[in-house]
Amino acid sequence: MTVETPLIGSSAAPIPDETLTGIRVGVISFPGSLDDRDAMRAVRIAGGTAVDLWHGDHDLKGVDAVVIPGGFSYGDYLRAGAISRFAPLMEQISAAASSGTLPVLGICNGFQVLTEAHLLPGSMIKNNHLHFLCRDQRLKVENTTTAWTSSYNAGDEIVVPLKNQDGQFVADERTLDELEGEGRVVFRYVGGNPNGSRRDIAGISNAAGNVVGLMPHPEHAVEAGFGPDSSAFGDVGLRGGVDGLDIFTSVLKKLVK
Amino acid sequence: MPRIVVDVMPKPEILDPQGKAIAGALPRLGLTGFAEVRQGKRFELTVEGEVTEAVLEQARTAAITLLSNPVIEDVTRVEVIEDVQ
Repeated sequence: MTVETPLIGSSAAPIPDETLTGIRVGVISFPGSLDDRDAMRAVRIAGGTAVDLWHGDHDLKGVDAVVIPGGFSYGDYLRAGAISRFAPLMEQISAAASSGTLPVLGICNGFQVLTEAHLLPGSMIKNNHLHFLCRDQRLKVENTTTAWTSSYNAGDEIVVPLKNQDGQFVADERTLDELEGEGRVVFRYVGGNPNGSRRDIAGISNAAGNVVGLMPHPEHAVEAGFGPDSSAFGDVGLRGGVDGLDIFTSVLKKLVK
Repeated sequence: MPRIVVDVMPKPEILDPQGKAIAGALPRLGLTGFAEVRQGKRFELTVEGEVTEAVLEQARTAAITLLSNPVIEDVTRVEVIEDVQ
């Protein structure tokens, strides 16, 4: 019996939707960002145009949305995200994001930057087990009305990589109740809490739904041949998981409307 | 030159995983007299010349905006110390 193994990157490649290429999504790089290139690649695979942004600039280059990528901006010195938050370009992003117009996605370190910038509530502290953890993580998508999750169906589960040391989401009880009550818990850990995050929260949004932050990495699960070995949507081949792609198609489709 | 010391501690209600790990290691050294350990941060801001009230105010602002995150940490001290030589 032979087992069909997809050629790397050749199977299930999404057909680019040409109407989306006009949408420009900026990805900001800080000193110490790691996943900025992967985030740009995810935007391109979803069909959009990726624009690289530099933290020291004052110009958003007219982008329609922004991704703050993962990594260790400023070496995580002081606190993860604490110094990046005061970067010149963050002022522009904060102003546009808090007005509810600019869609902003913070992934991992980007989520930490968004909490430090007070664009999202709560904070991240060291994992409760103190170890750096890297694994494929199952999440439940609980809010499909945000700018970044509208291509999913409520209750969908996805599998995307998780890799961090400061991943434990904390907030006071009142804030947590508020997030739950307003449906702003966007992603929740399923199949075991990897870091002690309060109420298994993996990702949240602001009240307007344009700003979303999550600790796991959807940008690493967007192309067959380079994703995780599993998917919540059924069997996939080796490295065939692409459950994260719809995060990026969500924002493109919303902006093209 | 005088320095302003800023101490930052994790909030009491926030679990301090690093402090807990240290608390777990102490008995291995035979040091069993401690019920709990919490780990904080100490910053030293050196001032050229005199520490005026304005400079001290700047240190307080730095303490609550950049040096600490009010969601998870408290500023427990902002104080001038003179060099002991």
